[in-house]
Amino acid sequence: MVNYLIRRIGYALIMVVLVSFVSFVIIELPPGDFLTQKVEQLRARGDRSAEQQVEMLRLRYGLDKPFLERYINWATNFLRGDFGESFEFERPVSEILGARLGYTVILALATTLITWFLAIPLGVISAVKQYSLTDQIISVISFIGLGMPGFLLALIIMYFAIIVFNLEVTGLFSPQFQDAPWSFAKFMDLLGHLWLPALIAAVTGIGGLVRIMRGNLLDTLGQPFVESARARGLKNRTVVWKHAVRIAINPLITILGAEVFPSIVVGSALVSIVLNLPTIGPVFVDSLRKLDMYLAGTCIVFLTIMLLVGNLVADLLLAWVDPRIRLE
Amino acid sequence: MAVATAPTALPVAKKRELGQSYWDLVKYRFKKNKLGVLGLILLIALYVSFAAIPEFIAPYQLENRSNFVEAPPTAIRFVDANGQFQAPFIYGLDRKIDTVKRLRTWEINTDRKYPLRLFVQGDEYRLFGLIPMNIHLFGIEADQKEQRIFIMGADALGRDYFTRILYGGRLSLMIGLIGQFLTLALGVTLGVISGYYGGAVDMFVQRFTEFLAAFPNIPLFMALSAAIPAFWSPIVVYFMLTLILAFLNWGGLARQVRGLILSLREREYALAAKSFGAKDRRIMFRHLMPGTMSHVIVIATLSIPGMILAETALSWLGLGLRPPLTSWGTLLQDAATVRAIRFTPWLLWVVPPILVTILTYNMLGDGLRDALDPYSGR
Repeated sequence: MVNYLIRRIGYALIMVVLVSFVSFVIIELPPGDFLTQKVEQLRARGDRSAEQQVEMLRLRYGLDKPFLERYINWATNFLRGDFGESFEFERPVSEILGARLGYTVILALATTLITWFLAIPLGVISAVKQYSLTDQIISVISFIGLGMPGFLLALIIMYFAIIVFNLEVTGLFSPQFQDAPWSFAKFMDLLGHLWLPALIAAVTGIGGLVRIMRGNLLDTLGQPFVESARARGLKNRTVVWKHAVRIAINPLITILGAEVFPSIVVGSALVSIVLNLPTIGPVFVDSLRKLDMYLAGTCIVFLTIMLLVGNLVADLLLAWVDPRIRLE
Repeated sequence: MAVATAPTALPVAKKRELGQSYWDLVKYRFKKNKLGVLGLILLIALYVSFAAIPEFIAPYQLENRSNFVEAPPTAIRFVDANGQFQAPFIYGLDRKIDTVKRLRTWEINTDRKYPLRLFVQGDEYRLFGLIPMNIHLFGIEADQKEQRIFIMGADALGRDYFTRILYGGRLSLMIGLIGQFLTLALGVTLGVISGYYGGAVDMFVQRFTEFLAAFPNIPLFMALSAAIPAFWSPIVVYFMLTLILAFLNWGGLARQVRGLILSLREREYALAAKSFGAKDRRIMFRHLMPGTMSHVIVIATLSIPGMILAETALSWLGLGLRPPLTSWGTLLQDAATVRAIRFTPWLLWVVPPILVTILTYNMLGDGLRDALDPYSGR
C-alpha cells in the first residue's frame, strides 16, 4: 500500500514536470513575447523611452536568457514556493492566484459532491423502475444534460436570472461581504452563491454518471446473489442499496476520477468565466492571451496537480470501498 | 441486460426486395430507429441551410452594415392596427434618443408598413461561389436605408444577426467535419499499422496517447491555440485550429482501431489472405480496415459535436477564430457579457443552433450504433 502510494506520487511528479515543460514550450512557440506586445503598446501611446523600459523589464524577468535556463530557474523556484512574477500585473504570481486557488478547489469539490449525490440516486431509481415513466423522464433529462455544455447552460441561466427574475448571479459574494473578514454569515453567503455555479458545472457529469449507474445496476440486479438476497426475505431497499448498489458503484468511482473530475475542473473554469467567479479559470485564459508565461505556466501546473490528486483519491477510494481490489 | 430477449428474426420472406447484404441490413435497422432518422434529416437540413446556401436563406450579405444599431428582433405581424387579418407584414422602426437616460431606443411606427415577401431581390452574391444571384428566400421590398427586417435583431454595427448566425454556422459546422476527417485519417491509419505490426510504431502510438490522455485537455487546447500567431491570416488560423483539434483527438481512435485489428488479424480470412501471398498493405487496408469501419463511424459521429463545441468555446474565449471571421464562437464573444444579456438579449439566439447541432449528432450517432451491428439481434 505504502509502496503503491510512493510509486503513484512519483509518477504524478514526473507528469507535472512534463506538463509544465510542454506548456512552457507551447507558450514559447509564437514569435514575439509579452514584451514585444508591450513595446507596441507603449509606442502607440507615444512613449519615447519604450525600448529602454522594455530592456529593463527584459533583464528583470530574465527574458534575455536562453529558454532552457529560464525554465529550470522557474521550476526550481517553483519548488520553493516562488512562482515567478506576472508580466501583466507586475506582481508575484502567488499573490494573484492566492485566494483564487482556494475558491477553485472549493468550487470543484462542491461540483463533485453535487454530481455524486444527484447522479447515484437518479441512476438507481432509473434502474429499479426500468421502462417506467420516471425512468423515461430521467433518461431524457440525462441525455440533454450530456449534450449540454456547462458554459452555454450558464449563459442561459444568466439570461433567465437577469431578464426574468432580475437577479444578480455573478460573483461568489454579496457586495457587503466582499472585503469582510471571514465569519459564519460570510460563509453562508458563499454557500448561497456557490450552489448555482456548482450545479451548472455538474450537469454534464451527472448526465453521464446517471447512464452508467443505470446500466451497471441493471446488470447487477440480474445476478444470482441478488436473487438469493431476495429469497432470504430481505427488504427491497436493503437488497438494492446494500447488496446491488455496493457492487454496481465500483466502476463509477474510477470513472469519476479519470473522466468526470477533469471535465468538472475544466467545466467549472469555463462557468467561472461566464459568471465572473474569482477562480483560476478567468486568469488562466487571460494570461494565455497575453503570453504571460509564468502566470499561465503556474495555472496549468495547478490544474494538473488537481487532476492528478483527484485521480489518486479515486483509486484509493476504490480500494477502500471494494476489498477485492489490492493495490500493488 | 437482465431479461434475455429472443433474437428478432431477420426479415427474409416478407419483403422480397430487401437484400441481405450488410449495408441493406444496416439501412433497414436504421430506418426503424425514428429518433436516428429524425437526427439525420435535421442534420442534412442544418448543413444545407447553414453551410451550403446561407447566402440564399439570409436576407442580407454578411458584412452589410446599417444604421439600425442594436435594433431588436422585428415582429412579423398578421393583424394590422385596425384588427384586420392580412398577409404577413412588418412595421417600420424609428430611432428615439432618450436624452435623460442617454439611451438609444427603437420604436415601432405603425404608419409605415412593409409586406413580407418570398424570393425578393436584394444583395448580390454568388451561390456556391459560382452562380451570380440576387434572390433571397425572404425579405421586404424596401430601400435598405429606410427599413430592414431583422428576425433575430441587429448587432452593434447594425448587421442582421440572423444572417450572421447562418454564415457563422458554416465555419462552425465545417470545422467539425474537416477536423473529424483529419482525425479519422490519422487515427485509423496509425491504429491499423500499430495493431498489425506492433513494435516501434505501436510503442509510439501507445505512449503518445497515454501522454495526451493524462494531459489536461482543454488547458492544452487553449495553450496551443493561444500559440497561433495573431498576425496570421484568418483562414490560416482556421486551418491551424482544425489541425490542433485533429492532432489532439486521433489518439483515442487509434487505440480502439488497434484493439479491433489485434483480434481481426487472427481471423481465418486474414490468415487466408496471407497464405495467398497478399502484401501487408493489402491485408491491412483491404481486408482488416473495413472490419473496423462500423465502429469507427459511430465514434466519429459521436465526437463531431465535441469538436464543434471546442471551436465554439475557444473562439468565445478569444483563443480560437478571431473577429473578421464569423463563427458561432466569435458571435458568442459579443453575446456572453452581462451588458449584452441585459440590453441586447437577442444576441443569445446563437445558442439554440449550437444545441440543436449537438443534439442531432447525438441522435444520429445513437441510431447508427444500433444499426451498424445488425447481427446483434437486439
